[in-house]
Amino acid sequence: MKYEAVIGLEVHAELATQSKMFCPCPVVDSTQAAPNTAVCPVCAGMPGVLPVVNRQAVEYGLRVALALQCQVAHTSLFARKNYFYPDLPKGYQISQYESPLAEHGRLLIETTAGERSIRIRRVHLEEDTGKLTHLSRDGESFSLVDLNRAGVPLLEIVSEPDMHTVEEARAYASALRAVLRALGVNSGDMEKGVIRFEANVSVRPLGSQVLGTRVEIKNLNSFRALERSVAYQIAQQSAVLERGEAVQQETLGWDDAAGVTFSQRSKEEAHDYRYFPEPDLPPLVVEQSWIDQIAAGLPELPYARRQRFIRQYGLTPAEASLLVDDQDVAGYFEEVAAALDQGSHRQAANWITGELFAWMNQTGASIRQVRVPPAGLADLLARLKRGEINLTTAKAVFSEMLESDQSAAQIIAARGLTQISAAEAVSALVQQALEANPVELQNYLNGKETLENWFFGQVMRAAAGQANPQVVRAELRRSLQAAKDAHRG
Amino acid sequence: MTDLTQLTLRQAHQALESGECSSLELTRATLERIERLEPKLHAFITLTPELALEQAAQADQLRARWRREGGELPPLLGLPLAVKDLLCLAGVRCTCGSRILENFIPPYTATSVERLLTAGMVVIGKTNTDEYAMGSSTENSAYGPTRNPWNLRHVPGGSSGGSAAAVSARLAAAALGTDTGGSVRQPASFCGITGLKPTYGRVSRYGLVAYGSSLDSVGAFGRTAQDVALVFSQMAGYDRRDATSMDLPLPAIQLEDDDSSLAGLRIGVPDEYFIQGIQPEVENAVRRAIVSFEALGAFVSPVSLPHTEYALPVYYLIAPAEASANLARYDGIRFGARLDSDNILDLFTRTRGQMFGAEVKRRIMLGTYALSAGYYDAYYGQAQKVRTLIKRDFEQAFEKVDLIAAPVAPSTAFRFDEHLDDPLAMYLEDVFTLPANLAGVPGLAFPVGFDSNNLPIGMQLMGPHFREDLLFRAAHAYQQTTDWHQRAPSLS
Repeated sequence: MKYEAVIGLEVHAELATQSKMFCPCPVVDSTQAAPNTAVCPVCAGMPGVLPVVNRQAVEYGLRVALALQCQVAHTSLFARKNYFYPDLPKGYQISQYESPLAEHGRLLIETTAGERSIRIRRVHLEEDTGKLTHLSRDGESFSLVDLNRAGVPLLEIVSEPDMHTVEEARAYASALRAVLRALGVNSGDMEKGVIRFEANVSVRPLGSQVLGTRVEIKNLNSFRALERSVAYQIAQQSAVLERGEAVQQETLGWDDAAGVTFSQRSKEEAHDYRYFPEPDLPPLVVEQSWIDQIAAGLPELPYARRQRFIRQYGLTPAEASLLVDDQDVAGYFEEVAAALDQGSHRQAANWITGELFAWMNQTGASIRQVRVPPAGLADLLARLKRGEINLTTAKAVFSEMLESDQSAAQIIAARGLTQISAAEAVSALVQQALEANPVELQNYLNGKETLENWFFGQVMRAAAGQANPQVVRAELRRSLQAAKDAHRG
Repeated sequence: MTDLTQLTLRQAHQALESGECSSLELTRATLERIERLEPKLHAFITLTPELALEQAAQADQLRARWRREGGELPPLLGLPLAVKDLLCLAGVRCTCGSRILENFIPPYTATSVERLLTAGMVVIGKTNTDEYAMGSSTENSAYGPTRNPWNLRHVPGGSSGGSAAAVSARLAAAALGTDTGGSVRQPASFCGITGLKPTYGRVSRYGLVAYGSSLDSVGAFGRTAQDVALVFSQMAGYDRRDATSMDLPLPAIQLEDDDSSLAGLRIGVPDEYFIQGIQPEVENAVRRAIVSFEALGAFVSPVSLPHTEYALPVYYLIAPAEASANLARYDGIRFGARLDSDNILDLFTRTRGQMFGAEVKRRIMLGTYALSAGYYDAYYGQAQKVRTLIKRDFEQAFEKVDLIAAPVAPSTAFRFDEHLDDPLAMYLEDVFTLPANLAGVPGLAFPVGFDSNNLPIGMQLMGPHFREDLLFRAAHAYQQTTDWHQRAPSLS
């Protein structure tokens, strides 16, 4: 029998605000900062302290909600989610439950099968937990608690179960990441854990409208883990159904090294979080004027930009997708394109997604760290188009530009790289020199061969020193030989 | 020389202003009296004599400079204050009456306390309380009970029993308490003093260790309405660190000595507060006081608060539910006591199981149950709906009257152990004080008589949200024409 997967994603995105969700502590890179250096009585959950909502976090949440075309709730509620864990200082997480910040949005994704709209169920604000490190020393094991991350604003974005393939899940996740980055609310640095996924996966016979029993895979920290774990579960569940057995509802973890999911909790062991409205925080009221102001300030979003790139620059959908994934890359491309004529736009796109991306991948640099200004790349491409240099040389020059602060012109001149393709130019200079000096030419033809050096000097002077002496010498000899032959003839 | 400890806050203020005494003299007299009577009363968990003397010396220096140079002087400069051990003061341990916080020293100060320090007050110590304010007698304190200054075999009420006993016994002219279900008003009543539970949102809860967050309030004790108003006026007001505090202007509270007319004031008396089982002497004293208010010019009429009987079950669902979350942070990980284990669940359960007292554990379990999946709607959800009805009762009543007059507790101070084995009987002590917390309205308790055992009887006035000024005006007028509030327990 053929099976169809049904996949929904919960995405937890840290918001790159100045301070934490409910206290003035700075939001620091928890992979870099010394442990417990960005902690105060509020985020440490000490007795008697109270949370105060960070307005910037609400604004960032609203940006995302509006970008995802959600309906924003004018009044939403914070709630306490209760459970005990050493990384949860208060013994509850302040989250939103019954009345989230926004609901009913959508996100357009692009897959090989075409474009699809994935519905967003809800977007809500909450706070992150701390981080535990387990270690063993001298036979004794310890658990260390770092609260730098505790209280960092998190946005939870929950999709409807609208995805059916691993490719769609991946496309949704990366499209959402691109939106978050475009809005300036999240760096998108997956390796720093600023975006985490949870996937709900079930499988049903193809054509069935009934949802199968679902499992929840928690704590997926990379696109690869997302893809592999979902693929693994689809295969597992399909095999279970194929055997005529029933899928068990459970919460799973993902073992990346072994490439398998493992059970964390069965349905019976599921937590009862005892949610109730947070009495320390009044309802979160969002005025329409604020919503309007945020909506008006939204940047062009990746999907819209992609459509414009296809239209305006004549790019293919695939080329455009590669560029808009990172708004800075898209901006770089637009600056390069602006300095070139219409016919060179696709070439510019291909240079960025080819040569430039290859270098960025290899060095780990981001577009912001690229030293070649957009105008510099445009200039190089213009020289290539004029035929001043050939493709191989252009690539070599670009490589050198990326590693230095030199322009294409400087590198080409210093390395004498113009000459190879400028044989015609040299030839033209030689012809000019011969024609301009008929008396000297006649004397040469009459046997005064030392005049070759005199002609050489004339050509070099005309080329303002930029010509390669060997090429000039060779071209001059060839021309003089031709003149000799003609003279004899 | 007069015994400085017998002065009211206002009198002490005048004595300091006139130069009759210094803050150091006043503070020393207070500390000496505490030293003498504390073994009998046990009103304090932690005394802060060094801090108090240092603050008093600073106050005297400030006043001396002011005499030379003029300028502004903090309004309550040099006056001693006792603080319930549920309110944080940086650098001084805050036990909350619990063993789990026996060695907890907060690095921050509650906004209410901080504002009184800014106003110049001198903190003499942290007073006894039922563990996490859960109780009506201070018998639930892990540090032993406080005794009622009027009769040492009786409880002072609770949970702010330490503060109430301290003010009643003249160990402090003013004290801070907290009131979640009556924890200021009931001990004020039991100890024969005046105590305010302000409007929810009027005084910042920052630094008040949470019990029932939607009900908790920081209140004050004094011997007169004037004294309580002095303290209240300095600590009230918006605080950006408490999102539930309200940014509203504070009406000026002018209580002149000859101001005893209540002409035009409408006082409602709810039948629902004069129930079967109320001690007859309590009912009689309260009714006599109401007649006194009429004599002062107030217009008294019956008023109905029909959902009063549901206040007790509603409170004992909402407060424990909030407490079950509020007390989750005492897990032995970051601060407070820890009973170590290799297993994290074992560490949690041992620490909490052994360091919390029975009443705290009872309420955590009640609250956990009320919030559990499958029970939430029937218990917590339903309680919230009925709470709305109780609020509406008050709103409707305050369309007809300015204030509501009622007894504070069904009886005068009970004996130790009388209710200790019967939690429900203990809960019934709060039946008249709970509704004001559920509705968020202010209430002021003050003495209106004594029973045949010479134990004080209190009554309370409740007012509309943010109308503490009306409560003070009425109680002050009453105190201008009666002397119940001037009677002192005989302690030697």
